[in-house]
Amino acid sequence: MTEKELMIIGAGPAGLSAAKVALEAGCGVTIVDRNKYPGGQLAKQTHKFFGSEKQYAKTRGFDIAGILKSNLGKYHDKLDILTDTTAVGLYKDHVLTTLSNEEYRKYHAQAYIMATGASEKFLAFENNDLPGIFGAGAVQTLMNLYGVLPGKEVVMVGSGNIGLIVTYQLMQAGVTVKAILEAAPTIGGYKVHAAKIARLGVPIYVSTTIKKAIGDKELEKVVTVSLDESWKEIPGTEKEIYCDTLTIAVGLSPLHQLMSMAGVKMKYVKELGGLVPLLDKRLETSMDNVFACGDVSGIEEASSAMAEGALAGLFAAENLGYRHPDFDKLVADFEKQLQDLRQGPSGTKIRRGLERLGERS
Amino acid sequence: MTLLKNGVPSQEQVRQKFPSEAVLARPKAILECYEEIPCNPCSTSCPFKAITIGEDINSIPQIDHDKCTGCGICISSCPGLAIIVAQTDSDKAIFKIPYEFIPVPVPGEKWIGLDRSGNPICEALIVKADTKKTNDRTVVVTVETERRFLYDFITIRCPYE
Repeated sequence: MTEKELMIIGAGPAGLSAAKVALEAGCGVTIVDRNKYPGGQLAKQTHKFFGSEKQYAKTRGFDIAGILKSNLGKYHDKLDILTDTTAVGLYKDHVLTTLSNEEYRKYHAQAYIMATGASEKFLAFENNDLPGIFGAGAVQTLMNLYGVLPGKEVVMVGSGNIGLIVTYQLMQAGVTVKAILEAAPTIGGYKVHAAKIARLGVPIYVSTTIKKAIGDKELEKVVTVSLDESWKEIPGTEKEIYCDTLTIAVGLSPLHQLMSMAGVKMKYVKELGGLVPLLDKRLETSMDNVFACGDVSGIEEASSAMAEGALAGLFAAENLGYRHPDFDKLVADFEKQLQDLRQGPSGTKIRRGLERLGERS
Repeated sequence: MTLLKNGVPSQEQVRQKFPSEAVLARPKAILECYEEIPCNPCSTSCPFKAITIGEDINSIPQIDHDKCTGCGICISSCPGLAIIVAQTDSDKAIFKIPYEFIPVPVPGEKWIGLDRSGNPICEALIVKADTKKTNDRTVVVTVETERRFLYDFITIRCPYE
């Protein structure tokens, strides 16, 4: 068993931001990530980000990943980044187990920051296992990390920011997007994202969902259906769209499993995307010295994940006796950033979710 | 249909973002931002302090067209690609637009002008394609169309695909 000071699970925007401030405070940090490169989902985001300068607004996502990573460069003596390493177990006695290259390892850290992110939700419909049906994140990975086109003609399900952004990226890669389906009566994502797709001629059909996929060995076409005000299918409104790829972008669920396994107190909050840990104002879970931040504590944008990650890093390091020299100033600043990012109409859902969760400001 | 349902702003919404045509004798930025989202790079990037968002970064940007010089720095700063610069010159409308597709247009080429629903509406003469580094891979394309497309033209499509 290897002893560690602070272990951060997940090298996405939350985990890397947590690592930076903890390292600045003097704390030793080990980051565990199952991917080959740090950056999490940022690594495949080719669009410019929203937010303010503090969250690197107008910088492209993969460049933000580069900045967050290079921020850690000067602390190499205190930092260990374990990539290609999956955290597979967290136990009540603060033992973490990992799997890497078929090697199983045990760690014991004084504190943990859980920044595991989220996974994509899927949809139940007839033939949803046909080859050619992807999650939007998988399509991004194929295109933007591996340079592989998923198909030639795509139908996108979901008009949240991910559905809209991935549609735009598909078109940039030369793929035809034949339609975006949205079950709700209005577009879910930012209207600027929708407008930049509409002007390219991609139709967005609201109150419409996928009824079934059709194909022999692989996807050949989909059948869509209109929904009424109570989200019930309207008979007779079925339409066929020929496509070789169907991309599902219907939301994310927090990757809570490690915390659930360790017995951390959790609560199901629909607005936050699913099962999330109860946190105090210092982002600490019901388990001593286990903190959580980013999408695993409620689905939000990467900008919020960075601010929340930094807060978790400051608090976790302080618990271990490493109080950041600018602790008070930084805590106030990151809390203000979170408040700014959440206070508009687009933050309504997350505010309601946090209220329901009850134990966070 | 509306912006909320198909992503296409109404003529009325678009017109509200334009100054009078007399003002457009000089190039002016048009901020097609219709929704309160947490975002402010247009405001912080403007060297003339013509764009105001204020303390709450969710506020919709307001532009002072007296201060705006039409320099176009905000075009590639807007993560939503929601800013163009427009100008009129006798029977022509001249635009600077953000463009993120390949091939990059070449000055002198005639491309297809599209409206906000993606319908082809006019010929678009490419005047300039600015790929400078500070645009961060968003090409800022200067385009000329007939003046009557001032409120309808929004982007270009390559005619050679």
